[in-house]
Amino acid sequence: MADKITLDVTRYRPGEDAEPTLQSYEVPYREDWVVLDALNYVKDQLDGSLTYRWSCRMGVCGSCGMMVDGTPTLTCAVPLSNYLPGPIRIEPLQFFPVVRDLVVDISDFLQKLQKVQPWIVRDEEKPVDDGEYLQTPAQLEAYKQFSMCINCMLCYSACPVVGLEPEFAGPAAIALAQRYNLDSRDQGAGGRMEVLDEHEGMWGCTFVGECTKVCPKNVDPAGAIQLYKVASATNWFKSILLPWGSK
Amino acid sequence: MNDGVHDSADRPPMYRRPMPLWWWLQNGAYFRFVVRELTSVFVGFFVVLSILQVRALGQGAEGYAWFVERLGTPVFVVLNSVALIAVLYHAITWFNLTPTIAVIRIGEKRVPGWAIAGAHYVGCAVLSGVVAWILLRN
Repeated sequence: MADKITLDVTRYRPGEDAEPTLQSYEVPYREDWVVLDALNYVKDQLDGSLTYRWSCRMGVCGSCGMMVDGTPTLTCAVPLSNYLPGPIRIEPLQFFPVVRDLVVDISDFLQKLQKVQPWIVRDEEKPVDDGEYLQTPAQLEAYKQFSMCINCMLCYSACPVVGLEPEFAGPAAIALAQRYNLDSRDQGAGGRMEVLDEHEGMWGCTFVGECTKVCPKNVDPAGAIQLYKVASATNWFKSILLPWGSK
Repeated sequence: MNDGVHDSADRPPMYRRPMPLWWWLQNGAYFRFVVRELTSVFVGFFVVLSILQVRALGQGAEGYAWFVERLGTPVFVVLNSVALIAVLYHAITWFNLTPTIAVIRIGEKRVPGWAIAGAHYVGCAVLSGVVAWILLRN
């Protein structure tokens, strides 16, 4: 059994380095460690200057996404043993600008997310005295899968369209739009359709399908986008065949 | 809109990685995707070939016989064989994706993926059988 494993980690010091380089660290191999534990060992014991994001350590916060051996991965969720005998290549999420070492800039993603209004939109709020907006288990089930998204952005890093077309809204934003569209309490589907029914929206997706494969929460963004396309196409046919009908 | 985390003059530059020309060779999934997209060219080829076949049919028995004879030449046999493999790849990869596109519920139960993909295979087999029967019945 190995007692050490090598990590090849991307280093980028802005203002000093012209481009990122790989730096090797040898860390103890422990069966109960995930990749993030090995990075924390580097930070605590070997090189305090290594910079990366992490928080909850339990697959909830979505901060510690990185490229591990070329695949977008939540580093707190994969055991080191998956990568024996090593070395393990750890790089920042691809298709995002690199701020420093393994930290990427997420401001573009946040803007795209905000554009699709990922919250419950009501034409008119009902008075508090009228009580809650009740849902049946079936109504909850309709959107629950898409509500599991933790904004870890692995799907963006898995999608070549994101890399090729920076304007593309991207998998998570479209899946979250769909999450609210399918919520029985929401009335904002029309507004979201206006934002997403264009080339930079859902039609930019060429159905590579990798977003769904890397999603640590089984959200299935690829499925959400295709369903959105079906809804948009249905709307279009209705507007042609039933022009007198409602929008 | 101010999201507070943009590039600014006092902030060191971020590294923006260029998209490599050969990104589709980066992993097997990207490669299979690009091949799926490229094989649509052969779908188009078969459509054009079918239109030409109908045109030849309109030119009478002699014209059609000439067309069929052309199809028997080695160049067309090779081309059609390659096109058939490409179209099969295209069809199979898309059929396997259909469960993601078509979410069908019967009552409260979601129709399982294998049934949706399977229905496409069965439909394809039935239609191919009908076409084969029409073409080969004499």
